[in-house]
Amino acid sequence: MSAAVTVTPTKPWKASKRERLTDVAIFLVAIFTSFVIVALTPMQGKLAYFAIFFIAYALLTSIFKATQRGSAAAKDALVNSLVAIGAIVTVVPVISILATVLKKGLPGISFGLFTHDMALATPTDPLNNGGILHAITGTLTLVVIALILSVPIGILTALYLTEIKGRFTGPIRFLVQAMSGVPSIVAGLFILSAVLYPITKAYSGLMGSLALTILMIPTIARTSEEVLNLIPNELREAGTALGATQWRTVAMIVLPAAKSGLVTAIILGVARIAGETAPILLLTGGGDKVNPNAFNGPMGSLPYYIWKSFNAGSPEAITRAWAGLLVLVGLVLILFTMARYLGSRKGAK
Amino acid sequence: MMTSHENEKEKMDTTVKPSSLADVAQSKSIKTPGTRAMGTGLETRGVHAWFGKHHALSNISLDFAAGTVTALIGPSGCGKSTFIRTINRMHEFIPGAAMAGEVLLDGKDVYAPGTDVTKIRLQIGMVFQKPNPFPSMTIGENVLSGLKLAQLKVENKDELLEESLERAGLWSEVKDRLSAHGGSLSGGQQQRLCIARALAVRPQVLLMDEPCSALDPGSTLRIEETIRHLSDTMTIIIVTHNMQQAARVSDYTAFFLSDGGPGQMIEVAPTSEIFSRPQDQRTENYVTGRFG
Repeated sequence: MSAAVTVTPTKPWKASKRERLTDVAIFLVAIFTSFVIVALTPMQGKLAYFAIFFIAYALLTSIFKATQRGSAAAKDALVNSLVAIGAIVTVVPVISILATVLKKGLPGISFGLFTHDMALATPTDPLNNGGILHAITGTLTLVVIALILSVPIGILTALYLTEIKGRFTGPIRFLVQAMSGVPSIVAGLFILSAVLYPITKAYSGLMGSLALTILMIPTIARTSEEVLNLIPNELREAGTALGATQWRTVAMIVLPAAKSGLVTAIILGVARIAGETAPILLLTGGGDKVNPNAFNGPMGSLPYYIWKSFNAGSPEAITRAWAGLLVLVGLVLILFTMARYLGSRKGAK
Repeated sequence: MMTSHENEKEKMDTTVKPSSLADVAQSKSIKTPGTRAMGTGLETRGVHAWFGKHHALSNISLDFAAGTVTALIGPSGCGKSTFIRTINRMHEFIPGAAMAGEVLLDGKDVYAPGTDVTKIRLQIGMVFQKPNPFPSMTIGENVLSGLKLAQLKVENKDELLEESLERAGLWSEVKDRLSAHGGSLSGGQQQRLCIARALAVRPQVLLMDEPCSALDPGSTLRIEETIRHLSDTMTIIIVTHNMQQAARVSDYTAFFLSDGGPGQMIEVAPTSEIFSRPQDQRTENYVTGRFG
């Protein structure tokens, strides 16, 4: 090849310098407008700045686009900014919550927090007394038992609805949907009156797990049903046409194909219950000591610990509550990340 | 019977020459049925099929001699797919489905009381319209999945794996990446993988429901080649909308038609006859492209 012509790759579809400058200008004008309006009118506060900025920005971009490229482009710009506002409005509260929890919780975090329980301390003690080990182990125990109980029931229910499609499909689907709206306090009272008072007559972790199971089953069943419905019917037919029974087709083809979706369903179930407080208050007895036995004796948990500390009221106790909150949020975050990772690895055996 | 080499030569001729369908069909020698130890074949006696109240298929009686390829042609909605799904008892999975008549495999009705359905489906394999390899399995696992699904024991799995892929014409393309996922193959390769998967359980009969309709012409030719090879050892029934394909691969052709009512079989004959001297006017109209 002689006289090789060097061609620089360009992106002609990208915004030019001028267009980017006008975008920045509109952005700045919008900020300026919001300051002016807040200064001149009785509207006050951070929220006013935000609201006026967004409205001004949306209006300015669409007016500018309208003068440049007509009304269709203006509508496009307007919808674009509305969508962006929607996204920001969703993210801001989440980040704000996380930031608040971090700010208020971090002062209460220490190494001792994770190695001690509250057996020899009260919430109003200085912060270096006691810890939340009992609450962490308690929450984990409650969640694990609830998982063991609700995952099989939830997924089997979903399989009945999607694979067997028996005579009771309609009523069962209706009941599952209705169950997912059951307030958690109702689940707690149900276990209290149906199991705790007549049978065990004592608080225990298991009682809390039973109530959490009731809350978790509909989430898992409904999400799993949606996931299983997405598995193409051709795969089931292919399995059957190879001489497999329905059970083997489901176990070897349908479930593995739906694996990552099912993991997501389980995560959503855990997310539903990890911070659940009402049934825990009613059923677990909220001990202050690490209790490895879920079947006997009161069991602490993070929501219970947070509730109890806030109720104690002293500055130390409030800091404890925030620290507990931070740990709870962190725990849920770790569970999510773990499950996401497990669910996304394709072909992991 | 032709050797595979001659077979391929034939194929070259038929694909290069823009000849009439009748020429294409006649350029093949007609196969003499039942020369191998592969059962005595398949026959249907007065098969009807319904979806709920809708009578979809009426009174189909056909003989499929062992070791032959039969093409089912006809316009969409005339019951061809429904018919082959009654043969391996996949029809019954559709809610509201019903059927009448007999499907005899080696003289035994597959609908007889006490018949093990899964055994029937092992003997009558099926390849679907859209390639459907199992997404959670590798290429190798896909091929052998039938054994696991039906809980069959096999002495030498590697041998069976190679043999099945070889027969499906895919071995040379995938032998170095058997542990890759089935989804990583092209559409045509995926369909041949599905054929290999069906072959691994050693069926006597292979049903193919428009196996090439989602594929490019090159892959289609590879699969047609595969079908010609397979017909040495098994009975094949193929549903196709492509009359060229019917002319190229089949020994016999059956023409199905629905005149608003249930689908019926209008005519069955050796493929060359269907395309050169059809007995029924409607068949002639269809194969000459005057309708459908």
